[in-house]
Amino acid sequence: MSMETLFFLEVTLAGLGSGALLSLTALAFVLIYKATKIINLAVSELLMMGAYFFLAFAAGMGMSAWLAIPLAVAGGGLIGAVVERGIIRRMLGESPISVFMVTVGLGSVLIGLVELVWGADPRTIPDFIGRAPVFLGEAYVSRKIFVAFLVSGAVIAVFLLLFRFWRGGVALRATATDQAAAYSCGINVPGVFSLAWIIGCATAAGAGVLLGSIGGLSPTMGAFGLSALVVVIVGGLDSPFGALVGGLFIGLVEAYAGTYLGGEYKLVATFSILVLMLVIRPYGLFGTREIERL
Amino acid sequence: MTTHPLPGPGSHQAAPPTAAPAAAALSVEGLSLSFGGIKALRDVSFDVAPGSITALIGPNGAGKTSMFNCISGFYRPSTGRILMDGRDVSQVHAPDRARMGFARTFQNIALFRGMTVLDNIKLGRHAHLKTNIFQALAYFGAAAREEEALRAEIERDVIDFLEINHIRNAPVAALSYGLQKRVELARALAMRPRILLLDEPVAGMNREETEDMARFILDVKEEWGITILMVEHDMGMVMDISDHVVVLNFGQVIARGLPHEVQQNPEVVAAYLGSGDPAALMKRLAEEGAA
Repeated sequence: MSMETLFFLEVTLAGLGSGALLSLTALAFVLIYKATKIINLAVSELLMMGAYFFLAFAAGMGMSAWLAIPLAVAGGGLIGAVVERGIIRRMLGESPISVFMVTVGLGSVLIGLVELVWGADPRTIPDFIGRAPVFLGEAYVSRKIFVAFLVSGAVIAVFLLLFRFWRGGVALRATATDQAAAYSCGINVPGVFSLAWIIGCATAAGAGVLLGSIGGLSPTMGAFGLSALVVVIVGGLDSPFGALVGGLFIGLVEAYAGTYLGGEYKLVATFSILVLMLVIRPYGLFGTREIERL
Repeated sequence: MTTHPLPGPGSHQAAPPTAAPAAAALSVEGLSLSFGGIKALRDVSFDVAPGSITALIGPNGAGKTSMFNCISGFYRPSTGRILMDGRDVSQVHAPDRARMGFARTFQNIALFRGMTVLDNIKLGRHAHLKTNIFQALAYFGAAAREEEALRAEIERDVIDFLEINHIRNAPVAALSYGLQKRVELARALAMRPRILLLDEPVAGMNREETEDMARFILDVKEEWGITILMVEHDMGMVMDISDHVVVLNFGQVIARGLPHEVQQNPEVVAAYLGSGDPAALMKRLAEEGAA
């Protein structure tokens, strides 16, 4: 294999790795949107919180990673539960823009809290993945990215199976489509809202632990969530499968653009796709296209 | 079937004896509901006999849909009780009422748009399925089998019964109004309810669709033994298929009885057509102007 081909392959693998992480983060957006029709912009900051929770449990309290990871994920879920019960549920029936703005504000509050507790400087978290590189054939992949890919892939697979085979997935969609009808079918609508927020925020926190272990953490690491938001719009806001495909796609685009055009083109490429997508297919590749009979 | 949009003293059916219901399947006792200063319902009481079709009629704004929303648990009445088979369900939340056996359809069709007919109907069975998220994670097989069994059951019992086999995989949003109403009924039936609340089941339908729907409602009563409470403006249909009629006007029950009794009740005629007395009309307009 020529050097160029090998290099291209390695860039592709790295792109797929970070793409899987994008997919996982996008899934957090999708879960919450699918149930509640709310775009929770604080998913980005929950990602960051997850990483800091892991830092607190693993470095601060000296726990093993295998204990700290579930605790960090649970921490994210807990924030989701509290926010849903304390704020979002009280806003039921308010315009989606108001609720969206609340999640924007919530994100800022979380950033502020993290800066108060841990400071604004970047930190690294204890390594739990190891450094020995992984070789797929001749191609080199960073071990962390490889692990992130496997974990994200497994989690997304579980979610896709749940949506496919479990009635709760349909209940989630039903709740979003028509709350009154969902109530009358015996669906516990507030329960579905809570569950979606808890699982969505826990997923984001888990993605944060993986992201933090690769790139370190800082209060602004939630910016990664913006790329995930692009993924969601490309893949379709209400489609878990779209989150998977969109994540891998954007991951690859960022890797190629960053490598072959230069690092400054990464976000240019991503957001150009966003604009293009909004113009030609605003409901995303796999999103539900509302059919209206007039 | 002739449709006469307004009740009038035109029909002369033989009067069967008015049988007092032994134990009502559904009882509403002294129900009042207000939105701010507007009293939507004032001390409403009525009974629905088991296995009967009871029609709730009245002019627009009389409080019929508010009554339905109280019965299905969407609204909390300020006073009064709702009993199912003698059991007070006033404090039960809406999803739990659905589980107890209340099913309903909506005046402005509330289907899950973007889903197929089959998915919509399956959601009616949602509350009765067993697997929760953790079991579903552990046993994908069991959850999938439960879904499969459910689909077979629904196809056998509901889809064939309502003659919607040809559209079962169609997205509901693309269906005609009449078919959407029928899918809504199918979803309600999939819940295997004891009490079925139908909010204007034939509104906006042509005569053929209306006759089909009337036939389905009668079949539901006779073959499934479900107690039905229905709000409807199509008086022809109300008179043809209901066993008992309750008339609401301005949030109050002004008449109740057998269809033909209600039809000839002067108060009911006045509520729909006005009393025919110009002085009374002037007085009412003056009152409404003052209010």
